Amino acid sequence: MPEDTKATEQATSSGPRGGDRPGSDRPRGGGPGRGPGGPGREGGRKFFRRKKVCKFCVERIEDINYKDYRLLGQFVAESGKIVPRRLTGVCAPHQHRLSTAIKQARNIALLPFAGRAS
Amino acid sequence: MNRTYELMFIVRPDMTDEDLDKLLSNLQATVPTAGGTVKSIEKMGKRRLAYAVRRFHEGVYVLLVVEGGGPMIHELERRLRVSEPVIKFLTVRVDEEQKRLEKIKKIRDARKKVSAQPVTPAEGEVPAPAAETPATA
Repeated sequence: MPEDTKATEQATSSGPRGGDRPGSDRPRGGGPGRGPGGPGREGGRKFFRRKKVCKFCVERIEDINYKDYRLLGQFVAESGKIVPRRLTGVCAPHQHRLSTAIKQARNIALLPFAGRAS
Repeated sequence: MNRTYELMFIVRPDMTDEDLDKLLSNLQATVPTAGGTVKSIEKMGKRRLAYAVRRFHEGVYVLLVVEGGGPMIHELERRLRVSEPVIKFLTVRVDEEQKRLEKIKKIRDARKKVSAQPVTPAEGEVPAPAAETPATA
């Protein structure tokens, strides 16, 4: 049973988000694609959550650098962990770049590995 | 040999300014001998570290942008590793990333220029670049 819900969640969540490309000014087409996916997900959530758009796609930020720790710090939890993209709404290629930038920033002590960011 | 690297390193906070300048000029002197050019060197000032590095909680950040080949970076890193005041360093290769950013900027500037033209003669052109960029991007 848990495997079923996990499989459906992966199937429904990768579709619309994977179609976005960096630099394109198309808003994330989340509405029609995610409607039927709402009730089909985990048993607790009857309504699909409000449309979350990728901050980098909307604001057209292309340079995700390890140096701007303030921007990166928005995607890091209190514990220092990188927040998953299903919570932040970041699209896949930007999440990948964000994750490498956060790891580089951690290596140069701009972001912590664990614990609150000063 | 046109690789661009960004070298960021942290120097211990109890270093004096002259010692820091001496260290930086030493590094800058090794770059041309190893076959490269220094594009910029920037002292980013004292910052609180996110975690303790060699029991220091603060450090002076320096950013050095160089252009050159792999052996030059080997030499620079070797020097940074043995130098006592440097407590951490990170080398990132940035030329590919800069190429990608320039390409995006060019596409965006071209798109903006077309849409900024007077409407009547360019009406036929405006949908065309907007239609082709989703296909090419």
